[in-house]
Amino acid sequence: MSDPTSVGDTADELTFSLDGRSVVAHKGEKLIAAAERAGVFIPRFCYHPRMKPVGVCRMCLVEVDGPRGPSLMPSCFIDVQPDMVVVTESDTVKKAQDGVLEFLLINHPLDCPVCDKGGECPLQDQTLAYGPGESRFIEEKRHFEKPIPISELVMLDRERCIQCSRCTRFADEVAGEAQIDFVGRGPHIEVAPFPELPFTSYFSGNTVQICPVGALTATPYRFTARPWDLDQVESTCTTCSLGCRVAVQSSSNRLTRMLGIDADPVNQGWMCDKGRFAFEAVNDPGRLTRPLVRKNGGLVEVSWYEALEAAAAGLRKARTDHGPAGVGVIGGARLTNEAAYAWTKLAKGVIGTDSVDAQLGDGLPAELVVGLPRATIDEAVNADTVILLTGDVREEVPVLFLRLRAGVRYGSLNVVELSPGDTSMTGLAAASLRYAPGEADELVRILLDVKAPTPNGMHPDEFADARRLIGSPRVVVVLGRGSRSEDETIMAAAAQRIAAALPGATFLPVLPRGNVMGALDLGMAPGLLPGRVALDDGAEWFGRWWDQVPAGRGRTTMEQLADLASPEPSMGAVVLLGADPWADVPDRRLVERAFDSPVFVVAVGTQIDSTTERADVVLPAASVHERSGTTTNMEGRISRLGQKLVPPGQAWADWMIAAELAVHLGSDLALESVGAIWDEIERLTPLHSGITSAVLGQPGAADGVVAPLSAAKVSLFRRRGRQMDPVAIPGVESTNRQGLDFRAGWAEDPTSGWTGRPAVPVNPTEERPSMLRKIPAYVAPVIGRVDSYSHRLMATRCLYDNGAAMAKSPALDALVEPATLAVHPHDLDDLGLSAGDRVRVKTASTSMVMAVRPDPGLPTRVVALPMNVMLDGVPDGSRHDVADLIDVTVPVTVVRLETP
Amino acid sequence: MSASSPVSLTRRSGAPASFTPTHLHPEVLDRARKLIALYPEPRSALIPLCHLAQGQDGWLTPEAMIDIAGLVGVTPSEVLGTASFYDMFHLEPVGKYVVSLCTNIACLLRGALELLEHAEDSLGVKSGGTTEDQLITLEEAECLAGCDRAPCVQVNSRYVEATTPETFDHLVADLRAGRRSAEIPAHGTLIRVQRTVGLAADRDEIARQRAAMAEAEARRAATDGTAS
Ligand code: SF4
Ligand code: SF4
Ligand code: FES
Ligand code: FES
Repeated sequence: MSDPTSVGDTADELTFSLDGRSVVAHKGEKLIAAAERAGVFIPRFCYHPRMKPVGVCRMCLVEVDGPRGPSLMPSCFIDVQPDMVVVTESDTVKKAQDGVLEFLLINHPLDCPVCDKGGECPLQDQTLAYGPGESRFIEEKRHFEKPIPISELVMLDRERCIQCSRCTRFADEVAGEAQIDFVGRGPHIEVAPFPELPFTSYFSGNTVQICPVGALTATPYRFTARPWDLDQVESTCTTCSLGCRVAVQSSSNRLTRMLGIDADPVNQGWMCDKGRFAFEAVNDPGRLTRPLVRKNGGLVEVSWYEALEAAAAGLRKARTDHGPAGVGVIGGARLTNEAAYAWTKLAKGVIGTDSVDAQLGDGLPAELVVGLPRATIDEAVNADTVILLTGDVREEVPVLFLRLRAGVRYGSLNVVELSPGDTSMTGLAAASLRYAPGEADELVRILLDVKAPTPNGMHPDEFADARRLIGSPRVVVVLGRGSRSEDETIMAAAAQRIAAALPGATFLPVLPRGNVMGALDLGMAPGLLPGRVALDDGAEWFGRWWDQVPAGRGRTTMEQLADLASPEPSMGAVVLLGADPWADVPDRRLVERAFDSPVFVVAVGTQIDSTTERADVVLPAASVHERSGTTTNMEGRISRLGQKLVPPGQAWADWMIAAELAVHLGSDLALESVGAIWDEIERLTPLHSGITSAVLGQPGAADGVVAPLSAAKVSLFRRRGRQMDPVAIPGVESTNRQGLDFRAGWAEDPTSGWTGRPAVPVNPTEERPSMLRKIPAYVAPVIGRVDSYSHRLMATRCLYDNGAAMAKSPALDALVEPATLAVHPHDLDDLGLSAGDRVRVKTASTSMVMAVRPDPGLPTRVVALPMNVMLDGVPDGSRHDVADLIDVTVPVTVVRLETP
Repeated sequence: MSASSPVSLTRRSGAPASFTPTHLHPEVLDRARKLIALYPEPRSALIPLCHLAQGQDGWLTPEAMIDIAGLVGVTPSEVLGTASFYDMFHLEPVGKYVVSLCTNIACLLRGALELLEHAEDSLGVKSGGTTEDQLITLEEAECLAGCDRAPCVQVNSRYVEATTPETFDHLVADLRAGRRSAEIPAHGTLIRVQRTVGLAADRDEIARQRAAMAEAEARRAATDGTAS
């Protein structure tokens, strides 16, 4: 889709006359967009810069000179032509605008005082600016039952709809799920889903954001605030690692709404519903607000001092008993970059343990992730071929699905999908090849070996297409985990195989949790130091600035858990850093055995959950939108987080907790503010070198900066003004126009406020250690023969799961569907079962009863369950999920199905 | 794949995911598939398929719309959106006979409104309603192109010369008694005799004609160019 805010090379430029001025536009640009860039705002309703023009509302009529004199034309629908003569303000145009608005208002209820849109409504604003001022309509207006739910999240007030078709076009064009459409004709036209099939798209909230009137409203926001009472800050969504740029709005220190911002390289204005509505969890009254310490078996509220003393004592004891490696840190992917650095410095530099892991056994080996050549989202969308070697992107990083879909549908992208079952991308893929869980590497091997024949059962043409397409010049691999019930080295080996065979290929990692990439980049993984530096390479350098550097490689989360679960654990303390292993680690029995040990547990978090139940010390942390700093997305893009709220009670920002805990451990991190931490990061690591807070604070860098700077292939500062369009982002633009403060990011303004007292003196870049040069070689484990009575278990991820963000957001929690075992219909027939029946699922070590459902998208002999979604049909109703079945000690979990 | 691999499956991409219609009868489905094959884009067959489905059930049921959506590769909501644009698709159950009464200008001048009033009174339903015995649905229509016999009435898209309240009553009596069933099939049936030879378009012929048209167009453009 064309981007009206950026003018390309001068070769495609042309000049035309706009209201008597000569204006430069580029070829193919819509008149409305060219005028907007030239500072002339043409009113509009149906036009949306990220969707195809339809020209249905006629609000954008302007006079264009033609052979027969000037005539009215919809400026959103026509391309600028050389020497076109355009008049946007004349009596004729004014009359047309009056007429359009008068007609629109005939069927509009004008209930602005009770309408959520009132105050930020393009219909209101444009009627005031361009309308006739009065109406001649005295007849009775249309009446509909109001409002009607078109999904759990979206309500429709048909009287207010002006039939601009933005919502229906979004559903069809952008999301690819036309679950709503216009029904009827003439004045009876209404937006409607099919009866009994609600608008369940993961992207439904976008329709509310782009509706130019109050016809569509979102249940979590309806009647909670008036737009002029909202306070807002620009920030980044950290619900997943895509990092959509968002406007965070609040009222009275409660979050009220999230809006997508048009960040060209990232989300282009869109958001997923989880990212949009999970803010309710931040407002949850049950949040942790006081430090807690376990006394006589129960958790007691204590002062921060006492809690930090208790935590320090436990950590010190573990270090005395077992050495520095006796302390482990699990989690960190929910922190800001600054907090991640502070915790790495605390764990690795003060305590001296390398057993720090931001991932929970559901990602990929850290060295692989930071070591592979990285692609940006734009590079993936504009590549010749994207190889999907991951789980379903719509479930894991939803807006990446929108970007890739646009690449296929409106660009020239080809997708080659390698997956165990059908995904949302299958229908868009030029070739979609199936592998049995555990055999991704084997399929990649065959695909890359041009002499290997088409594997049994695969369509030869499709296989040949896949082989041809992966040989294209520009290949990007979207790399994640197809299944969480198989060994992570399988995907790692497959990725390395591709990297070796296709040297130009770049990789876009899909890992769970918002700032996982930032955490890994800042050393929250065994064997790594901040800046994608290997422990050995950076030991000397970081040893200069830190108290110490770990003596040797530490344990991953899974290794820590295995150690704790062993009869003689060599660890004495674990810090759970915003991580809930009970919910996220794929093997729950391992987690339970690990924490049955007497290990001392410090939980840093925001909610009461399984971790607080087990913890000896609980430290309340600030949640998203309650802290400032930066975050890093899947591309390595560093963008600023705006603090919108004051944390509840005594909750602290995570970096402060690390700094204070260091003091209680007898050291000093010398980190005094978010800005100071960023400064230290920029000065010490090779990755962040040059990305100073001043660079990040540039208004043009609002969409973030991809690290390292040396890899940047495009201009750093890409955000150009799209400040004039009141229809683009409700609220944001109108506040801007009123000259109100809409700061992007920092609590301290990096360009003026914070002066910077660096803890580390300036050092020439060349002294810094180099980034990881050698990725260890991963070898996929050999998978034993699976007998013909067994099924391989595939553990997928589902956007709507039972995680804390969903569970504490009432609107979203209602959308979670209990999990049922997906089985190929043929396999179900063999078992004599049908949808909803119960089946006993047996692994080598456990068994469980659950409900089944047919899924023709799966291969036969493969069954699938989503991670962290409670099972349906468990006989005593107890809460279990797939993690209770998975055994991480085998390369792939194999199950047998029996009728119970 | 390795010997241990339990399966390696593939699906030819681009093909719509296997869809199993559940509502349309086999012979209707068969005809639907033939219709779809006539068009370069499956969705072009949407409206013909809606007629087929209405022929089967007398009205366009949600189940049929779901089948049609699956067959032509759109969403049920898009089928509903398209069908609801057209008055001749009935999205709610109708009687066996849909009696359409024109109230457009020619018929209006010839007493259509009085006729409508009479019809409403005698049938005991308002325009748009269905009689209690589920036999007759009465509806007001725009010009039915029968102005020369105004006021014009149609029953299931068949013209009937029932222009006065008396002939209207006769018509209703006939319908009730089943005396017109030979000439007026149940609502939804467009053509009673389905062609058994099936549907076919000579694709080569179409291509030939298109090429000829393009050529003529090009020639015209060239002459225009020289003429001016
Ligand atoms: S509901 Fe809103 S976005 Fe959709 S057509 Fe109506 S006015 Fe436009
Ligand atoms: S795609 Fe990811 S980053 Fe974007 S709104 Fe959704 S959860 Fe947030
Ligand atoms: S017709 Fe141009 S904005 Fe609607
Ligand atoms: S006006 Fe009634 S049929 Fe034409």
